[in-house]
Amino acid sequence: MKLDDVPQDEAYLIEGKIRDVCYVVDKEGHYTRALSKGWIPKNEAIRLAWNQIYEHAEETRRRVLDGKLSPIAFYMEINIMDISILADYVEIPKRKIRKHLLMKGFNKLTPELLARYAQALNISPGELVDKERLREIVLTNED
Amino acid sequence: MKIDFQHNQAAHCENGVTSNLLQYYGIHLTEPMVFGIGSGYFFSHMPFMKLNGMSVTSFRVLPGWIFKRVTRRLGIRVKRRKFSNPDKAMEELDRMLEQGRPVGLLVGVFHLPYFPKEYRFHFNAHNITVFGKEGDRYYVSDPVMENVETLSFEELKKVRFSKGTYPPKGRMYYIESVPAQPEIRSAIVKGIRNTAKDMLTIPIPMFGIDGIRYLARKLRKWPAKLGDKAAALNLSQVIRMLEEIGTGGAGFRFIFAAFLQESAGILQQPALNELSAEMTVIGDAWRNFAWQAARCFKNRDKGMITYDKLADQLMDIAGKEENIFRKLRSLNL
Repeated sequence: MKLDDVPQDEAYLIEGKIRDVCYVVDKEGHYTRALSKGWIPKNEAIRLAWNQIYEHAEETRRRVLDGKLSPIAFYMEINIMDISILADYVEIPKRKIRKHLLMKGFNKLTPELLARYAQALNISPGELVDKERLREIVLTNED
Repeated sequence: MKIDFQHNQAAHCENGVTSNLLQYYGIHLTEPMVFGIGSGYFFSHMPFMKLNGMSVTSFRVLPGWIFKRVTRRLGIRVKRRKFSNPDKAMEELDRMLEQGRPVGLLVGVFHLPYFPKEYRFHFNAHNITVFGKEGDRYYVSDPVMENVETLSFEELKKVRFSKGTYPPKGRMYYIESVPAQPEIRSAIVKGIRNTAKDMLTIPIPMFGIDGIRYLARKLRKWPAKLGDKAAALNLSQVIRMLEEIGTGGAGFRFIFAAFLQESAGILQQPALNELSAEMTVIGDAWRNFAWQAARCFKNRDKGMITYDKLADQLMDIAGKEENIFRKLRSLNL
């Protein structure tokens, strides 16, 4: 890549804080460095990955609001976790997590365990049980 | 308390931490030098390792290997620790800082507050250097950041004990002693030989040049085998690995080209300049692949760019990479 061709397709990186270091050749053919604010192909790859996450989360939210799944299922997805990662954070076996993903198991949670879930999911215990809050979360990374 | 430590931004975190730590101990190596001596260049496509349910593609060696190889090849003594108890891990860090040692830490990026949200996946092999503490806050040299950052005690503890695949378990490392006159030239030669060997001779089809061809064969079949949507997701994940923060562009191919150019001067080997230029062409071919692939998974080209054509591009890149590493291997360095 040539110095003049360094892409500046701004999307997720932040000027003055975090930009990509690119190794590029100058007019004399010597390697030098330049900072890039982003590049369309990788911005789109990232956007596709997030759209996929949001699409799944939207489906899960519908099932939570229908009473089929517990809010843990929704927050697990927007934290990009799977059952295995969540089990590591909450420090309980995966089979228990599976039970708590259903409303029946969720309703039986002790306050102590609920607090551990909330901490793992980066919200407060009150927020975890609040279905109105869940309804209001906007799932998009588009501006 | 703050150690007089110079933060330099780098493309890649492990190169950056290694280069910054070495600089503190008086060994000045650029990022491409660290990457080349540490034989960081690689390729693998591993169906047995999954990320978001898809096979992992990587353009570099495993995390930790660059630091390990660079320090070994330069005769630097290092100490590594890991912990089961987070408070103990923080105590040990404080103790090292009080002794005036900058400390390298392995952390997860998911909870790193200064990272852009869109980049915060459960990736647990990020490297930072901590070089001081003021009250509750630690001074952090994160090589991918433009400036020095700080983290609170709790934030740092959290990222050091992030969970998921390969949890860091509070891993820390620091330099114990460095030789007065490190053998840079022989380390460069070892680095080049090791990379050529890795790329050409591993008898498993998923690694090195064979790995690129393996990916090409699999990618060709994705639309028929997985359907359009899953094929697009798999393709986009390859592009993310190729161009994610920290590759210097084109999956480390440009960093390696910079290393070959710098080595040409140090070793007085003009042939390496030509190979550096060839490597730049390969990097450009990878960038072209990424550009075409993005059009393909965005479906903006109305079917003009097919998975077949992308696979052909990869086969062509594999041929070029094979050619360059055969030449590197036969060079009398």
